[in-house]
Amino acid sequence: MGLLDFIKKIEPDKKKSPLLHTAYDAFLTFAYAPNTVTKGGVHIRDGMDLKRLMVHVVLAMQLCYLFGSYNIGHQHFVAAGQYLGFMDGFHLKLAHGLIVMLPLFVVTHVVGLGIEFMFAAKKGHAVEEGFLVSGALIPLIMPPDIPLWIVSISVAFAVIFGKEAFGGTGMNIWNIALLSRVFVFFAYPTEISGDTCWISGYETLAAGDSAQYGWWHTSFFNSIFAHFDWPLFDSAKTVVVDGFSGATPLALGYQGGMEAITAHYSMSQIFWGAIPGSIGETNKAFIIFGALFLILTRVASWRIMFSMVLGASVMGMIFNAWDFTLFMNVPWYDHLILVSFLFAMAFMATDPVTASGTNTGKWIYGFFIGVVGMVVRVMNPAYPEGWMLAILFMNSFAPLIDYFIVQSNIKKRISRVQ
Amino acid sequence: MPSADVSREDLVKFLCETGAWTLINERPFDIVPDIESKPENIFISTFDTAPLAPNNNLIVQGNEAAFQTGIDVLSRLTEGKVFLGLDGNKGAKLSSAFTQATNAVRHYFSGSHPAGNVGVQIHHIAPIKPGKKVWTISVQHTIALGKLMLTGEMHRTVTVAITGNEILHPHYVSTYAGASVKEILEGNTSDAKLRIISGDVLSGKQVMADGYLNPNDDQITVISEGDHYELFGWLLPLSPRPSVSGTFPNALFPNMKFDANTNTHGEKRAFVVTGQYEEVLPMDIYPQHLFKSIIFRDVEQMEGLGINELSEEDVALCEFVCTSKQPLQQLLREGLDYMRTEA
Repeated sequence: MGLLDFIKKIEPDKKKSPLLHTAYDAFLTFAYAPNTVTKGGVHIRDGMDLKRLMVHVVLAMQLCYLFGSYNIGHQHFVAAGQYLGFMDGFHLKLAHGLIVMLPLFVVTHVVGLGIEFMFAAKKGHAVEEGFLVSGALIPLIMPPDIPLWIVSISVAFAVIFGKEAFGGTGMNIWNIALLSRVFVFFAYPTEISGDTCWISGYETLAAGDSAQYGWWHTSFFNSIFAHFDWPLFDSAKTVVVDGFSGATPLALGYQGGMEAITAHYSMSQIFWGAIPGSIGETNKAFIIFGALFLILTRVASWRIMFSMVLGASVMGMIFNAWDFTLFMNVPWYDHLILVSFLFAMAFMATDPVTASGTNTGKWIYGFFIGVVGMVVRVMNPAYPEGWMLAILFMNSFAPLIDYFIVQSNIKKRISRVQ
Repeated sequence: MPSADVSREDLVKFLCETGAWTLINERPFDIVPDIESKPENIFISTFDTAPLAPNNNLIVQGNEAAFQTGIDVLSRLTEGKVFLGLDGNKGAKLSSAFTQATNAVRHYFSGSHPAGNVGVQIHHIAPIKPGKKVWTISVQHTIALGKLMLTGEMHRTVTVAITGNEILHPHYVSTYAGASVKEILEGNTSDAKLRIISGDVLSGKQVMADGYLNPNDDQITVISEGDHYELFGWLLPLSPRPSVSGTFPNALFPNMKFDANTNTHGEKRAFVVTGQYEEVLPMDIYPQHLFKSIIFRDVEQMEGLGINELSEEDVALCEFVCTSKQPLQQLLREGLDYMRTEA
């Protein structure tokens, strides 16, 4: 245990430098499971702890990360009229994806964890693991070209006002990742709506200019690619494609129903995810894989996922029967794989802290997310996607749902007297 | 010795004089009943499902008559019924003392722990009503009670199971209640740093190596202390450990056997995960809401959510599975004590 002895030796003083000690403690317990033993109560404990729980959620979205990063590059080059095949220009697409994704990931974590560390030091407790998941989710639900300063502000807002103000991990009312996104949505609406924001570099291209590449593209990656004699990033070759639209399937569906969607994207494209959208939500196969992983490891609640599918299906069928607009006519089963429904179901609605705590409550909670989300998606002309708002809306009602269920249990117990 | 038609009052007096009254446990609160106390019903669980628990069918062997006499006495102490909880699992070989007991109503329970907990059985047979009391008594205490009535002498001998993965030769021993741990374990433990528990690993109490058994316990468990750091132990554990989650290989091999130690496998956190307590507490109770109401000392809510139906052993599994490593048994006891003082 030479390494452990060394780490123990460099422990900073807790009173003199609380922030440093908090950071030290966080990294020590990250590297080593602590040597604490049970005292009073049970003598053996389950191997599961919050770190392990959270990291399994992060693991479940790794394929979304991989695909999302690559798809950023793919969409960029398709918009620029280059390497139209999905695997063409693989190295360029991956490099461009990483150039967009990594700063987003790093900034999210530096800001979020920085705030968590500060609050933990101030309150004198260990850094809690909640941000492991929030920090992994936030980059996946942002549009690729979002300015990093907006991400910083939105993360800071969500962590400070959404979480720390309520007492930290386990105490928040609203989903932290969605709070940061809803902050961008209301504070900087132009960054997250319309047709141009979902494709990296498309704003420049749509304006008729060629793509702008920075130091990482032209110097760092190009010098590596040149070494292997592979094609390079070349802004001169990028041109806007006539008739190309960066519209997401929902924007198309809102205008022209299922026909407009399928005119642009095939169902297999929508399912496999080679389309514009928020970074992590496009590939449905990988999200389903993640959801199954979470259900099988019993990390996330299958009740919420199942009831949310049920709620969305029922509402979808009602819209199909109503058939008032073209968008209402989109078959209910197609709605389930359009845009971010599955991502919200697997990773957002299942957050145990903000969802209903009772099993019956979870059925109601999930079902109404499905219903409300579909209503917002289909009937809201300003923003044709509903899951973010539906989940935050139902987050607010989750305590009320639980209240009624718990009260009925209390009443049942009291009625035994008679 | 009291005759068969002695009044309840005289019977209680006799039990108090001989010390047999302390064999009886009263719920709510898990206390020795007040002399004036009259229970709604009396419950005996005839099987123990806790880890490595002793087999009562073995213990009752040769004591069948005493057990029946014990039941007969108990049935005179309540205006309600004496209920027996029997092991309803397939393949369980039950003693005729349990299956043919008279003066008692038999109920069969199947499933793994906590099916054998008397609290769970009470909840499903005749739940405790607000303001009412029930009594519980163990099989060994019922036998002691029976022997007292048969012989006029109070025998506090008890059969104790010596268990745990640090015990070299697990066996049963017949000894006195509250016996010396040192004498019982001498030469039978490994050289590891030991945790000696009077009772089972879930709700037993730690005793020192030179200490004594809890007089009400019929089991000693010895396991190793887990006071060591583990590199990335939370992410990539090198040794198997007990878990109900699906994230460990154990989930795929339910019959896997391994040593358990006392490491907490993580640090205490706020309540995060929901629904995991309910899975190991087969009662119509919302444990997390109950524990929260205990934390903020809301007596009405505690009572409404069923604190009176629980004792430490019932929530022990909840505490074991708790991802946030909350001290639930301690919390429950604080709640019960608070209820008692408030009432």
